[in-house]
Amino acid sequence: MSTELAIETTGLVKVFGDNRAVDGIDLAVPTGTVYGVLGPNGAGKTTAVRMLATLLRPDGGSARVFGKDVVKDADAVRSRVSLTGQYASVDEDLTGAENLVLLGRLLGHSKPAARDRAAQLLDGFGLSEAADKQVKNYSGGMRRRIDIAASILNTPDVLFLDEPTTGLDPRSRNQVWDIVRAVVDHGTTVLLTTQYLDEADQLASRIAVIDHGKVIAEGTKGELKASVGSGTVHLRLRDAGQRAEAQQVLTVALDAEVQLDADPVALTARVDGQSTEQGAAEQAGRALAELARCGITVDNFSLGQPSLDEVFLALTDKKGVAA
Amino acid sequence: MSTATAKTELEGVELAAPDRERLAALLVGQGRPPRPSALSASLTFGWRAMLKIKHVPEQLFDVTAFPIMLVLMYTYLFGGALAGSTEEYIQFLLPGIMVMSVVMITMYTGIAVNTDIAKGVFDRFRTLPIWRPAPMVGYLLGDVLRYLLASFVMLAVGMAIGFRPDGGVLGVLAGIALLIVFSFAFSWIWTMFGLLLRSEKSVMGVSMMVIFPLTFLSNVFVDPKTMPGWLQAFVNNSPVTHLATAVRDLMEGAWPATEIAWTLGWAGVLLVVFGSATMRLYNRK
Repeated sequence: MSTELAIETTGLVKVFGDNRAVDGIDLAVPTGTVYGVLGPNGAGKTTAVRMLATLLRPDGGSARVFGKDVVKDADAVRSRVSLTGQYASVDEDLTGAENLVLLGRLLGHSKPAARDRAAQLLDGFGLSEAADKQVKNYSGGMRRRIDIAASILNTPDVLFLDEPTTGLDPRSRNQVWDIVRAVVDHGTTVLLTTQYLDEADQLASRIAVIDHGKVIAEGTKGELKASVGSGTVHLRLRDAGQRAEAQQVLTVALDAEVQLDADPVALTARVDGQSTEQGAAEQAGRALAELARCGITVDNFSLGQPSLDEVFLALTDKKGVAA
Repeated sequence: MSTATAKTELEGVELAAPDRERLAALLVGQGRPPRPSALSASLTFGWRAMLKIKHVPEQLFDVTAFPIMLVLMYTYLFGGALAGSTEEYIQFLLPGIMVMSVVMITMYTGIAVNTDIAKGVFDRFRTLPIWRPAPMVGYLLGDVLRYLLASFVMLAVGMAIGFRPDGGVLGVLAGIALLIVFSFAFSWIWTMFGLLLRSEKSVMGVSMMVIFPLTFLSNVFVDPKTMPGWLQAFVNNSPVTHLATAVRDLMEGAWPATEIAWTLGWAGVLLVVFGSATMRLYNRK
């Protein structure tokens, strides 16, 4: 590809005591895209982001943002990036407006310019009414918004968002997603860490899945999904007695392994839409018809994306997919 | 409590969702101003400290009520026994107790730094392209104001119970100025501990361990002549003793050049040693 890389890491390592939190991560993030870093708690996502944002010194390997080394050229990196951390990166004792004016001044704006910019941002983020309230009284969604507003006070070239929607209600989450999309439309590169496959799917064009400090899969959304199977079918039967029969029927109809859940009437199967001519939904539809034909009553059916657990199971089964 | 009501009020507000077009407008067409000077960045952080005092005025308790208590307590406790009368004793004690209280108050800096670091806002500051020591200098600028407030509160209480300095306004102001300069330098010990230690409690514990011997083992309360030789050796060379003597002499209208030189020398050493240790830790954290 000819596009310039916004972020590039090679063999990045961070060790805390005898815990290798980040254990040799290679990333190449193209400019102007949302890059998702997906992984469970403790996978090393935050540590990796903190090294890229010059908050932590790598113990090994190197990282560059627009060609500038995060250790040797930290100041040059700082002038081009912003970070919105997992915990609000604003001063809770200060009001929303004071926080933004403070940052505006620190970024070199004159007092009137900083005030204007703060008012603009508060208005644009729907926070005008809360402008003069201390941030400690904000709801989770409002905090996240003031935090992102602070991050785009000077539009950054790279925006790090560390689990921006963890703990938010669905409406606030959608608002954060809208903000991220607007930022990327403008040309900013976003590196987003998340625990939610759904979120990475909504926003990111490329995704790296990390676990135990290592990248276990990397690629476009399509590549990643192909490696995992495109969906998971969950079924709840009316009669627990029919479960064994249902399992047999489904195994044949879906051509996949069908697992019995802890719940005695529930079954789960991964549908691999890529391996056959039909899509996952069509495949699942046929399986349902087949169950009906055999007289098995299904009370509840869902076809969804594989959960993060399932992604990990799949990825650790066949290591090194598309890496 | 007022905070509780504010919270429910805010939760009741139906906030407008951020509008996509307006968001897009926020991102375009703004130039990047040049980075602020070291002084401007430090002053901005000093302004932050002022805002915090405005929002959490309770934090002024330790620079108002606490010093008043110390002046009254020690004057009436020791006055009769040590100097024959409280009026006599306050002439000797006030400059010293002022030194002791302000030096003690400096330790809150470390606690403030430590609690701030636990919050995310520090990450924001550390990713800004600004002069690196600015956030720390900003804290201390805010603290200088607190030290001034404590000094004047104690001066007022002292005057009310009979302190009459021979040095007049100039002598008193010179004494306070020297005390503030020393305290600013001394505070870097606490910014270092604030960054070094893991919890607020441990910062508090270590601060007490340092501050109590340092302030009590000095000439603040009594003339060191009655102390055993080994203790005199410590007391006579302690920076707090040099400072207390210099402040006392200045307020009496004398010009203690040697003691001032010792005090400023100590201040310089503290600033260099603990200032650079603080910045090392700040960059590592």
